[in-house]
Amino acid sequence: MLYRPVIMHIPDGFLSFGVAMVLWVVALAVVGYALKRSQQELSERQVPLMGVLAACIFAGQMLNFSVTGGTSGHLMGAAIATILLGPWPAVLVLACVVGIQALIFQDGGLLALGANIFNMGIIGVAVAYFTYRTVLRLVRGRRWGVLVAGFAAGWLSIFVAALAVGFQLALSGTSPANIAIPAMGGIHALIGIGEGLITAGALAFLYITRRDLFEAQAKQPAAGWAIWTTGLLIALLLAIASPLASAHPDGLEWVAEQHGFLSRAQGPLYELIPDYLLPGIPNEVMATILAGVIGSLIVFAVVLGMGYARRKRQASTS
Amino acid sequence: MTHVSFLDPYQPRPSPVHHLDPRVKLILTLSFILATTLIAPGAWPIYVLLLALILAVEIASELGVGFVWRRSALALPFVGAAVPIIFSARGTALFSVPLGPWLLTVTQAGVERFISILLKSWLSVQAAVLLASTTTFPDLLLAMRGVRMPRLLVAIIGLMWRYLFVLADEALRLLRARAARSSQLPTSGRQGGGSLAWRARVTGGMAGNLFLRSFERADRIYGAMASRGYDGEVRALSMSPLTPAAWLAMVLGLLILSLLVVLSYLL
Repeated sequence: MLYRPVIMHIPDGFLSFGVAMVLWVVALAVVGYALKRSQQELSERQVPLMGVLAACIFAGQMLNFSVTGGTSGHLMGAAIATILLGPWPAVLVLACVVGIQALIFQDGGLLALGANIFNMGIIGVAVAYFTYRTVLRLVRGRRWGVLVAGFAAGWLSIFVAALAVGFQLALSGTSPANIAIPAMGGIHALIGIGEGLITAGALAFLYITRRDLFEAQAKQPAAGWAIWTTGLLIALLLAIASPLASAHPDGLEWVAEQHGFLSRAQGPLYELIPDYLLPGIPNEVMATILAGVIGSLIVFAVVLGMGYARRKRQASTS
Repeated sequence: MTHVSFLDPYQPRPSPVHHLDPRVKLILTLSFILATTLIAPGAWPIYVLLLALILAVEIASELGVGFVWRRSALALPFVGAAVPIIFSARGTALFSVPLGPWLLTVTQAGVERFISILLKSWLSVQAAVLLASTTTFPDLLLAMRGVRMPRLLVAIIGLMWRYLFVLADEALRLLRARAARSSQLPTSGRQGGGSLAWRARVTGGMAGNLFLRSFERADRIYGAMASRGYDGEVRALSMSPLTPAAWLAMVLGLLILSLLVVLSYLL
């Protein structure tokens, strides 16, 4: 079988209406912005380049290598697309790949497509981008830095995207959070190794044959506000998800039941999280979440401040 | 030589479902999936009606029920993600299963929700299979334009489809070349290829190679397009308006689906 469904693509029926719709809106907004940004960067080369590279990522998912005992490592391509093309074109390419997989091959649902684009295309790309840039900066231009950064970006993009899938399933009341999130995370911590190895291998090959591709990406200006906002949102999501999953025995599942966005008979559709917030949740859980949120905000503020300071210094020296 | 042309799921048949306007088909498929998501869990008669509805379309499409069901098995592996809900949902306990140190209690609400998820997912996949097997890809592109997707995005997806088979063939050639160079004797049982890191590096090299070939091909395609007058603007023929019959099919379909959703809450 050449076409192999990806375990990370959520089929229809597994997400509640509210979760699916919110993620559709987010996915549409980000893909729309990516379309605009990549057109600015590539102008009239956009259509052929993005189209052919989307086909390339799709075909690249056929490549595999045997790991052990009949299992095999595969490529999903979020990290490699991000590293070689930059974040916005990568979002666009992956949205096209995930969209075709849903529409033509029923790999992932159509109503769940927004969520799948969000997980693979937006979270996967954002995580890969930040990881790659950070590791590259830490190793300061050593030759093996590209390989380590590529492996880390590949592995982490799969792992975090899987956590997001688990989180969405829990929020929809399809699977209890204390099972779904660790299970998705655990499986994909292993699958991600294959992704990381292939990504590093591909970068090793390209670093020898086409060094110019890396140099072009390195020259790209640092992330704009939109990318940082996405990063912040992901950090917030994880900050909320992990304490809930661990501190409350059946965390989100329980919240979902209380607020009835499982059985719509209990409440109106728009009531995703009502104003009278989470009654009955022990205070320590709220405190953990709040701490996580505040922590993310502080980290975000520090990073942003450092970025501005650096830019100012660069402006004054040049 | 294996080619990947069989990847195209379109099945030509002379049926009314195939002839229906692709825009109507896309909207009705999405509405069907939306309705399936919205119906109340445990409203079993409505599930049966929805199944009857999709079965009727499957038979009308001349694809055969067996064909659609075989294809719809694709979403099954994911069902594992919903299994824990059987034990974790609160409600009347049906029975308990001891599993090592734990005692798993099966609740009525849990079973009900699990079966709901299973059925919803299965019904939705059937609708998606029907859309993909009765609509050619150019028609799907037309439908995407019909629901106001950005023209540039539709153009990118169209180009992606055009080169999907070319690049998938390229990937197959890479796999074939690797298989030919690291063969395994049927008698010795010795694993072809070296260590895990070596295998991963070879596969990575293949991925890099594929990327490079695609990148250079994209350049050539752009050159060819530019020499034929492409200026970044996507021009397309204006779409014909929906025929009265297509309107009728759409309105009727939407009416039936919304009726079923409302009915599921009144039961």
